[in-house]
Amino acid sequence: MTVEQLRENFPALDRKVYGKDLVYLDNAATVQRPRSVMDEWERMTMESNANIHRAVHLLSDEATRSYEQAREAVREHINAGSREEVVFTSGVTAAINLVAFSFGEAFVKAGDEVVVTECEHHSNIVPWQMMCLRKGAVLKVLPVDDRGELAMEMLPGLLTDKTKIVAVTHISNVLGIVNPVKDIIDICHSVGIPVLVDGAQGIVHSEVDVQWLDCDFYAFSGHKIYAATGTGVLYGKRKWLDRMPPYMGGGEMVGTVKFSGTTYAPLPLKFEAGTQNFAGISTLSPALALASGISKDPCLKENERKVRDYVLDALCSDKRIKLYGCPHNREKKIPLFSFSVEGAHHEDLALILDKMGIATRSGQMCAEPLMDRFGVTGMLRASFAPYNTMHEAEYFIKCLDRAIGMLL
Amino acid sequence: MEKTLQDVENEVIDEFSMFDEWLDKYEYLIELGKSLDEYPESSKTDNHLIKGCQSRVWLDYKTEDGKIFFTADSDAIITKGIISLLIKIYSGRTPEEILSSDFSVVDKIGLKENLSPTRANGLVSMIAKIKEVAALNTGIKK
Repeated sequence: MTVEQLRENFPALDRKVYGKDLVYLDNAATVQRPRSVMDEWERMTMESNANIHRAVHLLSDEATRSYEQAREAVREHINAGSREEVVFTSGVTAAINLVAFSFGEAFVKAGDEVVVTECEHHSNIVPWQMMCLRKGAVLKVLPVDDRGELAMEMLPGLLTDKTKIVAVTHISNVLGIVNPVKDIIDICHSVGIPVLVDGAQGIVHSEVDVQWLDCDFYAFSGHKIYAATGTGVLYGKRKWLDRMPPYMGGGEMVGTVKFSGTTYAPLPLKFEAGTQNFAGISTLSPALALASGISKDPCLKENERKVRDYVLDALCSDKRIKLYGCPHNREKKIPLFSFSVEGAHHEDLALILDKMGIATRSGQMCAEPLMDRFGVTGMLRASFAPYNTMHEAEYFIKCLDRAIGMLL
Repeated sequence: MEKTLQDVENEVIDEFSMFDEWLDKYEYLIELGKSLDEYPESSKTDNHLIKGCQSRVWLDYKTEDGKIFFTADSDAIITKGIISLLIKIYSGRTPEEILSSDFSVVDKIGLKENLSPTRANGLVSMIAKIKEVAALNTGIKK
């Protein structure tokens, strides 16, 4: 498939902003939606809008089937061992909060330790901080080096017999570097410590096989991988999920309810309290089908690699620009670029680029500790998707040069 | 005769109407930002910081002869240009004059709707701060 053919699936890419062609480079936050996802959403809304699992009528049956088909699609996409290990949530943030709460309740006590890394999104920091506060546990941090790579040599020293879990991002939303999560998991498992992987970016830019990774938890959001917003997935090994108490109580998640006590539904429903976002979740099926097709397409792969190399080289060769996240091996870099320009505020740059038709992200990108690490108040980020063309990349670099020129 | 606040507001609206392109407006704001009087480092404190901006904005003032004189700074130049524009209009005016303005000038020059939501919030916060200062100083002696 050519990039142009791929683009035809995304109506939003055709729109104009301020009279100019939209160049959408904020894909790491929300990727645009393909027609197949919108069709599924519409079908679920117009034809099969009914509560799943409980009712015996046809609409409910159809909705349930679509919802459970999505579970199977996710299971297959990440190669989970069973559907019981795939829990639907409203997003990666909800998934991590679920684990931080329920795992914490089951396994963490005062004086225990939790390890995160310096390049985590707030969503993989704050839930752990909250749990540590509640339990009297201690949060420890694995730092990154100046290139943005994890200081792996320090990991074994951080792990003690009090460490209960390690939470690490597969790919930082700021640095765009694929972290060596497999190595981290192996090291942690060698001393009996489970690992949660924040896959918000990882699910989009790498092929995830949870059984090969052997991760204990893997969390991701739907809206970054072409599905509807308000959808997310928590993969968890059954041996953990079975022993964790529910995160929320309510409908769906129960076995029997008596005033004398309640039993809980079996996995995965134990963690899916309340009426679920069944229309949204169902869109994961076409979304993952598209993602899978893209990742197997040599032509699209080649375009993505070319775009990455071009932008990486252009940013690195510009003396005014400081790029964060420059791994030794460029194959570890995804087409996501966060940088700053001495003397030009990231917000000014984003504002000018916006008027040139280019959507970027500016600010702390929900990673304030990482901003502090690099001594900046914020950065500008351009994140590319497989549908971004080389022409767009060139236009971005040209406009960035002009914007910097206006500000300096 | 001294220009009224409304005269200055109209001047600004005229000036902005000359720009067809947004980038030209930004270039003008950048120039305005660069020409803003220096703001003392010692006044870059949290109590002068305006909330609601992605970039940092500090606003301070003094009263003299019954009028309010604003000084401000920002680490982002376009924001600095916007605050500089507000100062151009509202600094050196009496509290009553400031409060009599409906601040529609920012709508008329198209600033508000064409700013990113975070920046628009910042602009709203800046205006609220200017109004707050004016309200606090109504009735000060000449």
